Amino acid sequence: MSFVDLWQQHDFTEIGRAIERKSAADVQRALARVGTGLDLEDLAALLSPAAAPFLEEMAQLSQRCTVERFGRTMQMYAPMYLTNICANVCTYCGFSAKNRILRKALSDAEILAEAEVLQRHGFDHVLLVTGESSRYGAAYFGNALRLLRPRFASLSMEVQPLEEAEYAALTLEGLSAVLVYQETYNAGVYAEHHLKGPKMDMAYRLETPDRLGRAGVKKIGLGALYGLADWRAESWFVGLHLRYLEQHYWRTRYSISFPRLRPHAGSAIDITPFNERELVQAACAFRLFSQEVELALSTREGAAFRDHALHLGFTAMSAGSCTNPGGYAGKIESLKQFEIDDDRSPAEVAALLRRQGYDPVWKDWDSTYDGNSIHP
Amino acid sequence: MNPSTLVIAGTEFSSRLFLGTGKYSSGAVMAQSLAASGTQLVTVALRRLQTDAASDNILAHLDRSRYRLMPNTSGVRDAKEAVLAAELARAALETNWVKLEIHPDPKYLMPDPIATLQAARDLVQRGFIVLPYVHADPVLCKQLEEVGCAAVMPLGAPIGSNRGLESRAFLEIIIAQSNVPVIIDAGLGTPSHAAAALELGAHAVLVNTAIAAAADPVAMALAFKLGVEAGRMAFEAGPVARSSGALAHATSPLTAFLSEMEA
Repeated sequence: MSFVDLWQQHDFTEIGRAIERKSAADVQRALARVGTGLDLEDLAALLSPAAAPFLEEMAQLSQRCTVERFGRTMQMYAPMYLTNICANVCTYCGFSAKNRILRKALSDAEILAEAEVLQRHGFDHVLLVTGESSRYGAAYFGNALRLLRPRFASLSMEVQPLEEAEYAALTLEGLSAVLVYQETYNAGVYAEHHLKGPKMDMAYRLETPDRLGRAGVKKIGLGALYGLADWRAESWFVGLHLRYLEQHYWRTRYSISFPRLRPHAGSAIDITPFNERELVQAACAFRLFSQEVELALSTREGAAFRDHALHLGFTAMSAGSCTNPGGYAGKIESLKQFEIDDDRSPAEVAALLRRQGYDPVWKDWDSTYDGNSIHP
Repeated sequence: MNPSTLVIAGTEFSSRLFLGTGKYSSGAVMAQSLAASGTQLVTVALRRLQTDAASDNILAHLDRSRYRLMPNTSGVRDAKEAVLAAELARAALETNWVKLEIHPDPKYLMPDPIATLQAARDLVQRGFIVLPYVHADPVLCKQLEEVGCAAVMPLGAPIGSNRGLESRAFLEIIIAQSNVPVIIDAGLGTPSHAAAALELGAHAVLVNTAIAAAADPVAMALAFKLGVEAGRMAFEAGPVARSSGALAHATSPLTAFLSEMEA
């Protein structure tokens, strides 16, 4: 049994319709159950159009739950793009193999140059990001982890899906979290946007969190790429996935991100609407659905929005992000995956957090403490 | 009347309120809250500390002449990781006190009783002063006492839940049979919960979320100080037993016949 079996029991369009049918009474029932445990029907209600008039109440509850669980703190992290080489053709991504852009994979020296800049900014948690290629696979990631582990307390990855044994081996190298966004839980839409390459295999991607859970990776990041299909149904499926994983891999922590489609190189595609108000509704719904799931707010969102939204349930923020390989050290010309919308420096974002009564947390674990490490 | 002092592993504490240092909006607010609480022992999460202690946001605000630091092993998932973290904490913070907490489950943060007992045994042998965070399990608490723990820290309710003494029936047994101090940790949401814990006979309480997440942490810290003091004073004053109204009969319907026979 994997999540694919459960996913196949739910029709995306039907779920979308069921969410549309939720009433104000359903929303009130869900809100009354906050703190005692919400189920997937409650999540559907909170994601529904009927919940829109309750957004302020949801936000207040979400803020309260978040402060109780996480305190007045915000985890800070930065992405480090290692390579933009990619074998996939995806309609929405700047790294798509059909885009004629300068391709680059960072060398050891270039990785260390990026690390130096991020360390200078104060980051102790780095998220390694790549495109998908067989040449730059598990061995390349293992090498990067070995290079970076002495310099950062926490290392995460957002790369192509790997095998369970590969994840287990990378965990021993200090990998603590893996983000693998499903992009969309709608099979038809998935096929429309993933045109060539290994990413066409939707089931393999859907089963990736199962492999991560079995490999003992400490934290698994989920998410849909908003803009491809109905955001309400996508969010519900993320919730279904989360609840399934919590029940099967109970030692693992989970996080959810809310990537929205951004302008990028390549062809323009139709973007399904998902505005800021809806993003807030989704984030608050997830917080009320799960008090302990970590919610990330990326630099894809604008400064004005982030300044307000950070109070509403988010627990992690990136800052000063560069989305191209070598972007921090600035010596390499390569194409960005997407344009960021909050270009303030990490120090500026940290100062803003402090002014708003939040403690920016740069470090929350040290892979030195991992008992199973091969590099104690 | 001055409540008696608490002694743990030979160290005296006049305050029976221990505080955590997480979840505060800043190091400054944390420092003010600690001062208002009158605490003398604070826990610090090893996971949050910068390796270079001088630049650490939490440590920079902790006056070590005023507070004994007790690193906790929060974040570890098994006995092996707990022992490693405790060793690193001892080296970094120069203290052999450790709050042992092992929760393999990141959702409810439930302590693992089996791994905790294993790690406690190992850490005591390595010379640590071990205060384990556990379920309100009377047998486990006796076993931890037997392997040499300096105190036991059973939970009042799920951590962060602010629900008070939901494990009261088991805490009463633990307190009744413990030969080491019993510190109630987790779940205390209000000063009245803390007062009730001390009235029950708990030797101390540990509080974090209820203070750090309050709208005014400094005022809440003072309120907890007063609650803990009131609870302890009440315990030492010897509260009268709760009366059971159902049994308060003026007449003796079942035994009156004896008097009649004896007449």
